[in-house]
Amino acid sequence: MIVDIGIIAAKALMVLSMVLNLAGVLGWIERKASALIQNRIGANRASIFGFAGLGLVNTLIADPIKFLTKEDFIPPKGDRLLHTLAPCLALFPALVAFAVIPFGDILVLADRTINLQVANLNVGILYIFSMASLSVYGIVIGAWASNNKFSLLGGVRGSAQMISYEIAMGLSVMGILMIYGTLELQEIARAQGTLLRDWLPPWISFLNPLIGWLPAWGIFFQPAAFLLFFTAAVAETKRIPFDLPEAESEIVAGYHVEYSGGKFLMFFAGEFAEIVTVAGLITTLFFGGWQVPFLMRDGFHFPWGGTLFLPQLVVALLQVGAFTLKVLFFCWLQILLRWSLPRFRYDQVMRLGWKMLLPLALLNVMVTAVLIVAWQSAPLKP
Amino acid sequence: MILFLILAGLSIVFSLLVVFQRNVIYSAMALVATLFLIAVLFLTLEAAMVGILQILVYAGAIMVLFLFVIMLLNPGLLEGRSIAWWILGSLAAVLLLFALVPFLSDSGWLLPGQAPAGGSFGSPESLAQSLFTDFVLPFEIASVLLLVAIIGAVVLAKREV
Repeated sequence: MIVDIGIIAAKALMVLSMVLNLAGVLGWIERKASALIQNRIGANRASIFGFAGLGLVNTLIADPIKFLTKEDFIPPKGDRLLHTLAPCLALFPALVAFAVIPFGDILVLADRTINLQVANLNVGILYIFSMASLSVYGIVIGAWASNNKFSLLGGVRGSAQMISYEIAMGLSVMGILMIYGTLELQEIARAQGTLLRDWLPPWISFLNPLIGWLPAWGIFFQPAAFLLFFTAAVAETKRIPFDLPEAESEIVAGYHVEYSGGKFLMFFAGEFAEIVTVAGLITTLFFGGWQVPFLMRDGFHFPWGGTLFLPQLVVALLQVGAFTLKVLFFCWLQILLRWSLPRFRYDQVMRLGWKMLLPLALLNVMVTAVLIVAWQSAPLKP
Repeated sequence: MILFLILAGLSIVFSLLVVFQRNVIYSAMALVATLFLIAVLFLTLEAAMVGILQILVYAGAIMVLFLFVIMLLNPGLLEGRSIAWWILGSLAAVLLLFALVPFLSDSGWLLPGQAPAGGSFGSPESLAQSLFTDFVLPFEIASVLLLVAIIGAVVLAKREV
């Protein structure tokens, strides 16, 4: 009993610290990436005894000290309580959303089977969407409590944008849920461990030698859904090209123009934690989650014959490592996106959300449903 | 049981705050907190799906639109109402309570711990099963009602274009 509680607490603590640390490191990666893309030397000012360490010293040591020792300014005409509450409301959903994303299969330690996932809810992905929908409040409340016209504009933009893209985001993963037939992310990740040839119906089995060896990852079934989901998710994290709520060139810094010090750091950390969650979700839904291609519970089973048996601990470590690598890749992709694209105009954001993403997501759901019914002559599930 | 008492107490406190706050934004935020606490109550009753949908739909979408409208209008503090309003409001509340009591007594005052939570109760599958078999007519009527509301909103908004 005590051990069980301890295991759960350890898992929760591990995932929480991983997300927070990654959020911190992403702050550094973002600076370095922007410097790299803009062909300049970036983030190399702070140094300890002449050691700048690629700017890592900057972001990991100097920045937090600077943030936490700055004056915490609350606008005199603003609302003290809500102004303080808003950063917490922005950070909390971003940190807890990662709880249902599995980072590995199972780990057997001394007769105890540990599910490498903090919480295995049967509503899985809906939990993440509900937390994502709560993250609007940080912006809206912060914007209103600042009592500043620019921040109010940012807050209004933010709430409209996030509600619009939530719908497209939810609908775009419907196809994946229909194919794997579950809302549980651990089940979705497990189903992606099979090969494509187990899923293809007999009437296109002639393709088996060509693509049958591929793992049954979501991207191969739902490439359109991946693009739709990625776009909508970037819009949900409010980053360029969708950073209209803060749009420096129009409304100064939007919803957090009146924030400084630790509270601004919380908004910042919340944004990076959201990036990590989006990367984890994309990995789990479309890129096999913790699956290493051809790696089963007892080792590698290559589709061209041949097996390589591995001890259970090595398998678990490989899975967690693969998951981490994939998440890092998608974090990198989002940062790359931010420094490569210009900002949309606000009417363009709204038009893209309602007139393109939403109908395309609906179309994707319908096409997927028709195909599933058509394939059911041969059962889709292996 | 202790958990239930804490949650129920908190949700009552927050729902009272919704009514007695003079500041509209505070009222709206208290309503969000109430809806969130009720969602947690659903979770303790093994109805995870209903609880999560409560957060997703009410706390996460409808209340955001409320706040959006409030922030656009920016009404400031509400003025105190006269005694007549208080009496009328209380009367309406009491009437609503009497309308709701039959349903409560029909369901036999379930307390947490004695909830009939067996097997797949409250799972997405069982919820969908009952929605699409036993309650398919109310379900479809509700969706038609929403469609009518959407079309009505579009018609009203179009007139000014």
